[in-house]
Amino acid sequence: MIEDVFQDEWPRLVASLTRRFGDLDLAEEAAGEAVLAAVSGWRERMPPNPGGWLMTTATRKAIDRLRRESQREGKHAEAAVRPPDPEPAHQIEDDQLRLIFTCCHPALAPEARLALTLRLVAGLTVEEIARALFSSEAAIGQRITRAKAKIKAAHIPFTVPERLEERLEDVLAVVYLVFNEGYLPGSGVELRPDLCDAAVRLARLLHALLPDEPEATGLLALLLLTDARRATRVDEGGELVTLDRQARSGWSTALIEEGHALVRACVEANRPGPYQLQAAINAVHTAAPEFRDTDWEALATLYDQLYAVQPTPVVALNRAVVTAELDGPEAALAVVDALALSGYHAFHATRAELLRRLGRSDEARAAYTRAMELARNPAEVRHLTRRRTELAAGP
Amino acid sequence: MPQYLLSVHGAGSDYDLPAGKFGGYASAEEADAAMAATGVFNQKLVDEGRFVFAGGLRPASTATVVDATGDKPVLTDGPYLETKEWIGGFWIVEAPDLDVALELAAEGSRASRGAVEVRPFAS
Repeated sequence: MIEDVFQDEWPRLVASLTRRFGDLDLAEEAAGEAVLAAVSGWRERMPPNPGGWLMTTATRKAIDRLRRESQREGKHAEAAVRPPDPEPAHQIEDDQLRLIFTCCHPALAPEARLALTLRLVAGLTVEEIARALFSSEAAIGQRITRAKAKIKAAHIPFTVPERLEERLEDVLAVVYLVFNEGYLPGSGVELRPDLCDAAVRLARLLHALLPDEPEATGLLALLLLTDARRATRVDEGGELVTLDRQARSGWSTALIEEGHALVRACVEANRPGPYQLQAAINAVHTAAPEFRDTDWEALATLYDQLYAVQPTPVVALNRAVVTAELDGPEAALAVVDALALSGYHAFHATRAELLRRLGRSDEARAAYTRAMELARNPAEVRHLTRRRTELAAGP
Repeated sequence: MPQYLLSVHGAGSDYDLPAGKFGGYASAEEADAAMAATGVFNQKLVDEGRFVFAGGLRPASTATVVDATGDKPVLTDGPYLETKEWIGGFWIVEAPDLDVALELAAEGSRASRGAVEVRPFAS
């Protein structure tokens, strides 16, 4: 109960204090002190308005700190030191949005944006971030400290940028990266639920703060429709289960319905972008009661649209999977073989599946082996291993 | 108001100026065009009240390093770092925050035809 309050409230405190005092370190420390005070003070009884209590306490802590510092340095207390006005709800939301844009500022290194966003916006601890990103606490702590030092020294502004759409791309990319790192971790474990949850929370926040930005809506829809399948994605043996073999009854209908509604809103907005199109692709998959009911024609159209705005070999690879269903494995293989993706495990895994369907077992075996060498996720490696074994035992 | 150093790299920043070279630019025409564009940018900075100081530098080969951290100053010919790139010129501008400084740096980069490093001053 108390933990839930902190998870939600701590980032709000940091955002609000940063705007009022213009100092991330001060905001973070004061928010932390307020939470500590709550931990000891709320054992007896929760205050009627926990959020308000925390905000008032954190503000007082920040003012105390500023007074102590100014006394130590023999300066007069700063003009900013005044009791807090009650914060209107939209102000708190504005502050959070500002903080997201500051944390995802393009002048910061991408890995710093990721760590900073997880810490200050998603409210994960340094320890949790280190565990999630397979790094040491010292390294993550240093990354965050350095980023905050740059924000302060270079005056990276605490504002929602004028050219919102351009900068929103950077923010959405960070959230998408957090989710992917959770849904298909590069190594170690099959799934990182904490990162998936953090990303969905961030995407919900962005959609709530920017309801008229269809790409923010698209990203939330994409994450929900992907996350809806989380429970069926890895079997008891820790092996990845591909879309065609997932038990669809295990999908979350609530998340799918929510995702479909968001995709419909995107279609109405009629300003398509990469996240919206990927969400639409996932909407087609999740709309099919069984794999055999998949509307491949619709997927082909959507992938073509996606390729038009995002002409990458990875998109072409995924389009080829649809081609295999519509025009057969031979046509798909011709497309795949032309792609410059030889360092990407999914390229070899896709080739292996196509070669298998064409009865070219030796080549399929070699492709599985190459995919296994490149794959880092243990669930994926187990899946590829079994597929290769089946091939050996087959006709 | 925060101040930023915008320093130009990669164009007009040769180590030396041997005969037949154009101050790090590909041709005399390009050097002239960069000078003209930089002049326009400088005037814009003055007009907008962002200009503190600007200057183009002589080649890095004309630099001398003074190190007085020991007993006596030690003088070394040439720039401090033996890197491949040297600063060719710079601006010092006033900007309310990094976003504005980055916009100015992009304009300065287009004008001077070099990459521009943005660095805040202390204080």
